[in-house]
Amino acid sequence: MRFVDEFRQPELITRTADEIRRLAGPDRHYRFMEVCGGHTHAIYRFGLMDLLPPNIELVHGPGCPVCVLPMGRIDDGLSIAEDPNVIFAAFGDMMRVPGTHGSPLEYKARGMDVRIVYSPSDALKLARNNPDKHVMFFAIGFETTAPSTALTLMRAKAEGLPNFSVFCNHVTIIPAIRAILDSPDMRIDAFIGPGHVSTVIGCRPYGWIASDAGKPIAVSGFEPLDVLQSIVMLLRQLKDGKAIVENNYKRVVPWEGNRAALKAIGEVFEIRPYFEWRGLGFISQSALRLKESYAQWDAEKRFSVPGIRVTDPKAAQCGEVLKGVLKPAQCKLFAKECTPEHPIGALMVSSEGSCAAYYSYAMRKSPELVQMSSV
Amino acid sequence: MCLAIPGKIVELLHEDRDTAVIDVLGVRRRIDLGLLADDPPVTGDWVLIHVGFAMSKISEVDALDQLRMLTELGEQESAMEEVQGYGLGGP
Repeated sequence: MRFVDEFRQPELITRTADEIRRLAGPDRHYRFMEVCGGHTHAIYRFGLMDLLPPNIELVHGPGCPVCVLPMGRIDDGLSIAEDPNVIFAAFGDMMRVPGTHGSPLEYKARGMDVRIVYSPSDALKLARNNPDKHVMFFAIGFETTAPSTALTLMRAKAEGLPNFSVFCNHVTIIPAIRAILDSPDMRIDAFIGPGHVSTVIGCRPYGWIASDAGKPIAVSGFEPLDVLQSIVMLLRQLKDGKAIVENNYKRVVPWEGNRAALKAIGEVFEIRPYFEWRGLGFISQSALRLKESYAQWDAEKRFSVPGIRVTDPKAAQCGEVLKGVLKPAQCKLFAKECTPEHPIGALMVSSEGSCAAYYSYAMRKSPELVQMSSV
Repeated sequence: MCLAIPGKIVELLHEDRDTAVIDVLGVRRRIDLGLLADDPPVTGDWVLIHVGFAMSKISEVDALDQLRMLTELGEQESAMEEVQGYGLGGP
């Protein structure tokens, strides 16, 4: 349990928490979704729920790219890695995510050439350094990451690099929010908008959430005070019967976004007609693929990809947790079969996944309970 | 992955105008400036870095706040691992 005086600016935190309590009258229940996995991580790490009155519920959103990727896509990507001529390159976050026949790390242990890169441009560098091999970069991420993959592909094309390709799993946040709002079993009163996605797309694309769906949204930073102030903004809007987009992360997020980054995305990618999301199912126009002009660097065109669809392990309830219908601890496998050391579902792998974030929060708060439940 | 890493630009490379050397807590690595083409940073500026690319310019105060927050989030180690890994581990 964290005490308020452990925070920086403790008086301001206390005052903001008081303001939240004042605004959230006890007569109703509020469900606010933090869209971004970075916020989920921060909320649990700082124990921010402990500062909120019980009638404010934070629902964890789909903004963890590793978590929303269906297992079939991992299997498809790894099927390419079985080619002895291929180097499979991916971010560290991907390495322990289970596919049907193991995670990328387990594939590496079986002798396949799997490498961690920290930047898509390093996958390009790998290709330059290994001209006799083919380097396939397994790209994941929302609009925060897609521009970096796009620029990397533009450089590959400019160099005419023949032994490089991208297996593209980039997804876009707006259609996912739309799917959540359309889902009958989800009732969300307002949104804490993603921080770093918004540095790229700006605040304008959220306009419809306020104007059409009538839900307040505040784009937020990751500091405890940022998140609490965003909650104050949302409560004030609800109290005033307003729904607008507020930018509570102005020190980093320009209203118009980053035009150079959007231009790079537009140069390289086009929108897929539909894409499968773990837990949310198929969402139309929710992901990116390489344009025809980049076909030569598109792993899905260069290799025969089986197009595998796998349902999640039956006992794991990742889908319900991802949609916010279940809390992490309500999943039957939580802290029992599924732990950060032995993850069964992707939400337990990434620190931005709500299960891993909740697990580490619960361990700090009452380790005995978590350990007992895992016996 | 969402948590960006602040770094200070210590050198702009003449041979490649899209590349800069940044310093994050004493570790120096090359990063890509291509996404800031509309408003290119100069030596001494602070930027937020995501997967080896500068995403936005920020003030020094905000950069130091962000570094402190990464530590508080327990993410400093993995952030430094990421920075050290840029350029396949070489400067």
